[in-house]
Order: sequence, then C-alpha cells, then structure tokens
Amino acid sequence: MTMTATAGHAHADPHHIGVVIEHPGPAPKRIVTAYGFWIFLLSDIVMFSCFFAAYAVLVGQTADGPKGSEIFEQGNVAIETVCLLLSSFTCGMASIAADVRNRFWFYLGMAVTCVLGLIFLVLEFREFADLIVRGYGPSRSAFLTAFFSLVGCHGLHVSAGVLWLLTMTAQVFAKGFRADILRRMMCFALFWHALDIIWVAVFSVVYLLGSGT
Amino acid sequence: MLGKLDWSAIPFDQPIPLIAGAVVLIAILAVLIWVVAKGHLPYLWHEWITSVDHKRIGVMYILLASVMLLRGGSDAIMMRIQQAVAYQSQGYLPPEHYNQIFSAHGTIMIFFVAMPFVIGLMNLVVPLQLGVRDVAFPTLNSVGFWLTATGALLVNLSLVIGEFARTGWLAFPPLSELSYSPGVGVDYYAWSLQISGVGTLVAGINLVTTVLKLRTKGMNYLRMPMFCWTTLASNLLIVAAFPILTATLAMLLLDRYLGFHFFTNEAGGNVMMFMNLIWAWGHPEVYILVLPAFGIFSEVVSTFSGKALFGYRSMVLATMAICVVSFMVWLHHFFTMGAGPDVNAIFGIASMIIAIPTGVKIYNWLFTMYGGRIRFETPMLWSVGFMVTFIVGGLTGVLLAVPPADFMLHNSMFLVAHFHNVIIGGVLFGAFAGFEYWFPKAFGFRLDERWGKAGFWFTFFGFFITFVPLYIAGMLGMTRRMQHYDVAAWRPWMIVAAVGMAVLTIGVICQIVQLVVSIRNREALRDRTGDPWDGRSLEWATSSPPPVFNFAFNPDVRGEDAYWDIKASAKQQSVDADRPEYQDIEMPRNSPTGFVCAFFATLMGFALIWHIWWMVILGGLGAWATFVVFAWRDHDEYVIPAEEVAAIDRVNVEERRGLVSMAGTV
Repeated sequence: MTMTATAGHAHADPHHIGVVIEHPGPAPKRIVTAYGFWIFLLSDIVMFSCFFAAYAVLVGQTADGPKGSEIFEQGNVAIETVCLLLSSFTCGMASIAADVRNRFWFYLGMAVTCVLGLIFLVLEFREFADLIVRGYGPSRSAFLTAFFSLVGCHGLHVSAGVLWLLTMTAQVFAKGFRADILRRMMCFALFWHALDIIWVAVFSVVYLLGSGT
Repeated sequence: MLGKLDWSAIPFDQPIPLIAGAVVLIAILAVLIWVVAKGHLPYLWHEWITSVDHKRIGVMYILLASVMLLRGGSDAIMMRIQQAVAYQSQGYLPPEHYNQIFSAHGTIMIFFVAMPFVIGLMNLVVPLQLGVRDVAFPTLNSVGFWLTATGALLVNLSLVIGEFARTGWLAFPPLSELSYSPGVGVDYYAWSLQISGVGTLVAGINLVTTVLKLRTKGMNYLRMPMFCWTTLASNLLIVAAFPILTATLAMLLLDRYLGFHFFTNEAGGNVMMFMNLIWAWGHPEVYILVLPAFGIFSEVVSTFSGKALFGYRSMVLATMAICVVSFMVWLHHFFTMGAGPDVNAIFGIASMIIAIPTGVKIYNWLFTMYGGRIRFETPMLWSVGFMVTFIVGGLTGVLLAVPPADFMLHNSMFLVAHFHNVIIGGVLFGAFAGFEYWFPKAFGFRLDERWGKAGFWFTFFGFFITFVPLYIAGMLGMTRRMQHYDVAAWRPWMIVAAVGMAVLTIGVICQIVQLVVSIRNREALRDRTGDPWDGRSLEWATSSPPPVFNFAFNPDVRGEDAYWDIKASAKQQSVDADRPEYQDIEMPRNSPTGFVCAFFATLMGFALIWHIWWMVILGGLGAWATFVVFAWRDHDEYVIPAEEVAAIDRVNVEERRGLVSMAGTV
C-alpha cells in the first residue's frame, strides 16, 4: 500500500491507539424523530427560562399592588399539581398501551389524561378570572405581568397539548397504530412529561417561594 | 370588520414607497404572467413549491436571500445618499421615513438576507457532505422555509400598507412601547420576526438532528468536513438562542397588545431586562451567521490549495469554543448602560477571549494555503478577501471590547463600520464564496469567471471605500442613525462613503450579470463529472446536479476528506471499484404543507398587525387544519425502482471514469 491509500486511515486514528469506533450509519426513524423532538423540547425550555428570568426580575415590582402571598391560593394550586402529576402517569399508561397495541387501555389512558388536563386548565382559568375581577390583572403591576405570562405560557402549552391529544386519539381511531402515529405518540408523551417538569418549577418558584413572607 | 386597516394606511402622499411598491408589484405580476403563460406553473408547483428535497429548499432559501439583498441594498443606497446631502439641510428623506429605512435595512439584512443565505447553503450542502439522502425532517424543512418567506413578505408589505418600525433593528423599549410608537410599524417588525423565527427554529432543529443522527457509515464526528462542524455549532446556537428572541418579542407584544408591564416605564416594568434578553439572543446570533461562513472558507481554502485543512482538530475545538463563549459576552452591547466597572471588565475580557479561537482559525487557513498549489478562482478570491477584511473588523471589535474605549465609541459610526466590517467581510463574503463554490453542484454548470472576479474586486474595494470613512467619521464623533447634521468635518467622509456605495453597487451588478451570462453560456460551462474543483468531500462524489436521492449507494467513509481518499484509491486501482447490486430507494413524497401553512401564517400575521381578530382565528384554524391533513395522509414515501437508480448512476460513473483516467495521465 502506498502513502495516499493509507492517508485516510492515518487520520482516523492519529495516535494509533486502535479505538476508532466506526459510525454505523444513519439512525432509524424512531430514534431520529424522538431526538429531534428532544431538541425542540430543550428549545422550549429555553423559552420558559426567559419567562422565569423575567419573573425573578419583576417579582418585587408590585407597584403598590398585591404581593404573591396575598393572592395565591394553595389549595387550588395543590389540586392543579395533583391533576397534572396524575395525568403524566395516565399518559405513561396510554404510551404502554400503544406499544402493546391495546386500544381499550390506550383510549382510557388518553381520556383520563385529557380530563385531568382540562380540570387543570379550568382551575387555572378560574384563578386568572378571579384575579382579574378583583382588579389584579396583568396590567396592574410588573409582578402580575410576569406572573400571568409565566403561568399562562405553561397553560397555553397544556391547551396545545390537549388539542394534540384529541387530534392524535382521533387519528388512532381512524388509522390504527401505524408506525408514524406511534412516533407521534412518543413525541406527545415527551411533551406532556416536559410540561409536568416545567410545572414543578412553576410550582416551586412561583407558588412555594411566593407564599412565604 | 378590518380592525385598524383603512385607506389611510396607504401612503398616497409619499412618492418613494409608492413608486418602489408599484415597481415591485409590476415585477412580481410580470413574472407571474410569464410563468402562467409559458405553462411553467405545474413545474414550479410540483418541482419547487411543494418540494421537500433539501437541495431545492436550499436553492429557494438562497433565492429569497438574494432578492432581499437587493431590497436591503436599496435601503443602504438611500441612506448613504441622504447622509451625503443632508449637511445643514433636511436631505430628501423626511425623518420618519429615514428612521423606517434604517430599521428595515438592519432587520432585512440580518433576518432575511444573512440568515436565509447561510441556512440555504447548509441545507443544500450538509446532507451531501454527510453522504445521506435528505435532512432529518424533510417536510418540516419546507415549512421552515415558507415561514421565513412569510416574514419577509410581511416586512415588505409594510412598505405600502401602513409603516415599518422607526425604532432600529432591535426595537428597544420604551421607544417601541405603545405610548411612543402607537403605529403598526413595531407590530410589523415583531410579528414578521415571530413567524420567521419559528421557521428558523425548525431549520435549526432539523440540521442539528441531521448532523448528529444521520451520517453515512463511517462518518465519525472527527471525519466530518469542517462545514458540517460549523453547521452543527451554528444550529446548536439557533436552538439555544432563538427561543430567547421569541420570548422577548412575545413580552414586547404583550406590552403593546394587552397592556402588560414588562418593559414599560410605569408599574415597575424594567427596560434593562429587554436589553439583557435581546442581546442574550443577539450576540449568539452574530455567531450563528459567521460560523457557517467560517466553515465555507475552510472548505474553499482547502480545496483551492489542494491540501487537507491545516489543524483540523484545532479548528473543531475553536468552533465549539466560539459556540460556548458566544453566550457569555452579550453585555458588551451596552457597557455604557450602568452595569459598573466589575461587570464591564468581566464581559470586556470575555469578549476579547473570543478573538483567540477566531485567531486560531485565521492561522489555520493561512497554514492551509502555505505550501499549497493555490488556484485563485472566484471562491478563493472571496476567501482571501475575507481574511484581510475580517481581521480589520476583528481588531476594531477587540478595540470596542475595551470598556473605556467603548464609552467613547458607543453608538457611533465607528461601531456601524465595525459590524458591517465583520458581517459583510465575514458573512456576506462567505455566502458569496459558498455561492460560487457550490453553484456548479446545484445546477450542473459553473459561473462565469471574469464577471465573478470583477464582482469580487468591485465589492472588495467598494467595501473599504464605503466603510473606512465611517470609521473616521465615528472617530470624529458622528453618532449613528442621523437624518441630518451640522458638522462640516463629517461631510467629506459621507461623500466618500456614498462614492464607495456606488462602487459596491457596481460589484452587485457584476454578480447579477455573471448569473445571466452564465445561464446563457451554460452549455460551455457545463460540469459533467460532478467534481469541477477537484473537491475533497462527499458532495463532489455525486453528479451535478445530484439525483433526488443524492447517492445511489450510501458512501462508506474511512477517513477525513472522504472523496479525496476515494479518488486516490480509484487512481491506484485504475478503475472505479465495481458497484454492488442496485436497490430500490424510498424517498419522501412532496407536500404542499409548508406553502399552505405559510399562507395561513401570512393571513394570521397580517390580521394580528391590523387587529382583525376574525382573520386571526381563521389563520390559526387553517394552519392547524393543514397539519391535521398532513398527519392524515397514508403514503408519505415513494419508491424509485432499482433500474432507474442504476440508469441514473451509470451515466455519472462513466463521466467520472473519464475524469480519473485523465487525472492518471497528468
């Protein structure tokens, strides 16, 4: 063999340690889809982090309006949290049911997830409506601006998730457990769990820290 | 019914935008009539508009960028003329119009020229360099492109319907708040960027996933061409930074539409938060643009020097270092806004540190050229021109990174000259180098050498004649964005800059002529081998233009400079190795999803700007329905039979065999 023919091999392992692992080639679709969706979720978390940062900056700017401890109702938040955490569990059940192609448990899991998501949204909506009626809307102070935006941004994500859930369940009903639909189901599950993680942060940063004096 | 929209939105009293708008409208209509009359519409629809082929989408991105370059360039010409004549006079542009022009110029040049140009090149080239058939998500790729086009369309609509922002390209509050900018200008700005930002994010996710998950067999990370590395770095930055822009503009829009108090002067709003957020996106954005350009120069310098890239691993390291450090320097955009000496010092030093990996790159390119057999063809001229220009821009950047110096130069024409020096000298020269270099790959014929070189020299000298005077004017105390001025010492420099602008314009005209001449002489310039430059990476291993499936067989990579090795071993064995059995290839089917979705996004964006709420709901429902229809389809792939693959591939193999045997006789 001559110099030119071996050049490529020399580059691949310049120190001759003999541990070059050959890349096996393009990943299967399932991996690629889930991976891409993970990247999207990370970008979504970056967006949330901006609203968290804005909340942290503006939390003290109450402009003589109410502080967090004066408006947060812990009972309400506790029910919201339970709903969302439980819905993650039922979403997981639906995922397993989809994997084993069990329609009954899939529909049941998705239905319960949907109901829990809707209960969460109704509770959040009532909290917002109540605050606005009392004159503590987002225009009242920078603190309330940041509060409504951060919590509302999460709420919008949950709403989008419910719309996605319904669309996809209808699709399973019409088309069955096709490979592309199963990949979408996997993405939906990732999305729903990520919303849960963000809620844990919202719960801690906004409601737990805010309820103290 | 139509929200805030009525006849007063059309600027009947201002001839410049009306005439410009009319000319553009006539041009678009003429093109449309020509397309329909000649019967090209089905071809355009099936082969381009609904295409999910990464090469086609890349070409459309670059076409969009080129058209927008003419729009942004016209703005630049108007500003240079205004500043040349507006000494102790009002010039010919009234202040409110001048303010819209500099805002539109910045917005268009960054978001609708530089971004689509680099994303287009990455789309076109990266799957080919990685040896794969398409990007990770082909249909989303099309959606991303069309959403970018939607943003560009909305910005240009503002020329004749309503107004554009007068706030500068980053719309700083409180000026951009409703109380100081009650018109629709800022809304046009913000919604265009929100919509095109979604497109950019999609492109970023797509390319990150493509590079990390879709490489051909044996394409280990440290065997990827440099352009793939810089694509990875740039798109990681897109994924990490663009959501910040989205969040920041969403906050500004909430302030404007619903009376929130993120950045207002009242009720505890915090303007400095906008500065921090927007620049936490804005500084990485600079590297999102320039890193792919660095990758292009790496490919071009190595190819036209006939050598492997010097210091490949240090180049990878430098790229990733820039990727990380670019997130730690944002505060240098507002040293003067009261952060205090400690903070300023830290960010000043961090900013200077970026010069180190960048310097590593410059030396690597120089050492790649050293001892090489250099061919000064047009792409190489742009690369060498870049090295000279970018060093000047980099040095003035290091100067501006020194906080005390920045206090003198902040917001001056010196700063304007600096960032044009790095963006034109870095990003635009890189885009042009990539355009000249990969044009034969995309279309199967080369671009005319003489006009290309003329274009380079006029642009190169035009750049310095335009921007060196701006450096000097900045040193003489001239601030940016002045509609008129009374200082006699600045006047001569503004006139020189206007002359430079004329030279730059000749450069642009040369490039347009180059394109026309090359298309007319395409038979003489035809490249039949697929490897017109004696290239080193896998995009040159397939025909020009590549078949829709790119490669008949997924290449098996054994080292860096994959195609160079294939050529070397082919020469040795005197013939191309026997091809294995051809197989059927599955490719994604075309889809109008992107185009239809962008149509509804345009409706929705326009309706949001003008407060036409029923149309907002209509647009939102339409976009959702489009995706449901897409998700409902039963066949998303089609099969190219093995015989057809074989027929296409054999033609190219024959041409290539001729090339190898010719190379053998030299």
